[in-house]
Amino acid sequence: MARITAGVASSHVPLLGVAVDQGKTRDDYFGPIFAGYDWTREWEKQEKPDVVILVYNDHASAFDMKIVPTFAIGCGERYKSADEGWGPRPVPDVEGDADLAWHIAQSLILDEFDMTIINEMDVDHGLTVPLSMMFGQPDAWPCKVVPLAVNVVTYPVPSGNRCWALGEAIKRAVESYPEDLNVQIWGTGGMSHQLQGPRAGLLNREWDNKFLDMLEADNDDVRWIPHIEYLRETGSEGIEMVMWLIMRGALGKKVKTLHRHYHIPCSNTAIGHIVLEPVAEEAVPA
Amino acid sequence: MSKKPTQDIHEYLAEFDDIPGTRVYTAARARRGYHINQFAMSLMKAENRERFKADEKAYLDEWDISDEGKAALLARDYNTLLDLGGNVYFLSKLFSTDGLSFAEAVSTMTEYSFPEYRDMMLKGGRSPEGNRSIRENAAAAAAAGKGGN
Repeated sequence: MARITAGVASSHVPLLGVAVDQGKTRDDYFGPIFAGYDWTREWEKQEKPDVVILVYNDHASAFDMKIVPTFAIGCGERYKSADEGWGPRPVPDVEGDADLAWHIAQSLILDEFDMTIINEMDVDHGLTVPLSMMFGQPDAWPCKVVPLAVNVVTYPVPSGNRCWALGEAIKRAVESYPEDLNVQIWGTGGMSHQLQGPRAGLLNREWDNKFLDMLEADNDDVRWIPHIEYLRETGSEGIEMVMWLIMRGALGKKVKTLHRHYHIPCSNTAIGHIVLEPVAEEAVPA
Repeated sequence: MSKKPTQDIHEYLAEFDDIPGTRVYTAARARRGYHINQFAMSLMKAENRERFKADEKAYLDEWDISDEGKAALLARDYNTLLDLGGNVYFLSKLFSTDGLSFAEAVSTMTEYSFPEYRDMMLKGGRSPEGNRSIRENAAAAAAAGKGGN
């Protein structure tokens, strides 16, 4: 049986990809950011996941305004790095797991999540930056990836509650897959940032850390945070954090924190990163 | 578990207008800015970038964009473009066509020069204090005014 063994969350700021591609990850500006991922890179080498379900948002790369799917799952065999206006990032192609992805897609639809199916697309920094942060610069990515794209741009975006519930349904879908696979789920984007208007540059260290605390908690209170709170407290683009709830919802009620990192700033954005492990109910001492 | 009643869309949208200095990309803005955003999207192709750079006005005239929208695009007036329904992820294709970093382009929408903006970010960014609610700010200002009298 396939199982979800860990959840990872990370910001996916495009400038991090530039730092990796230009070899600047240890300079004065980027050093403290990347140091916070050293633990995770070593841990991933031990964990060797077979597949990562990578929750991210497309930034007007694969999708334009012609079609705006709320939840879309990549069921293709392979995805190329998107040209976001300055040429594609020089990273390996992303290998899909079409069998698992189609299994999840079918299971989710039966479970009343009406997914959009993607067979072909390019993947932008939202997906490739987290791969670089967790795996560095290998010749080929060490695992397969099931991309799960969420609309967090055109309002209304999905509620935190719906994202959490989708995570729960993904867990059920993975656990009903017969192949013995080590699956991780990653939620990406955030943390606080605003890229538009006179209020641009807003960051909120206190709120971001409260959100990280809520992800670590043995309850699901975090799913009920309304959109307006993300917008007021974390900037217009901080809403990306609802994608972290899909990851958290897929881990079950109790989690153990393996690693946590927070840094301000990276370009316009607060960097947040957390690694969580599901704790089986029966393993918890009474 | 489904303890929340369905949220009223009018109340949901009305709250967005209370956030200072922010244009939430609502369906209404997405409709209004459709052609601005699709124009920006076209700049993802190298040949379109070349044609645009060679004659910006002529390239814009191929699109169903208002004169106001075209003027704002030519002027790179991003706050006006947000008002007209532009979205920053689409407009960012214009940033990269101009060779601007995201942070530099974003800084043009604020009260700061780029070096000042960068400095603000290094010092922890713009504080949420006083930036959460237009209504609350007005109430606080009124209370302060009373206190002073």
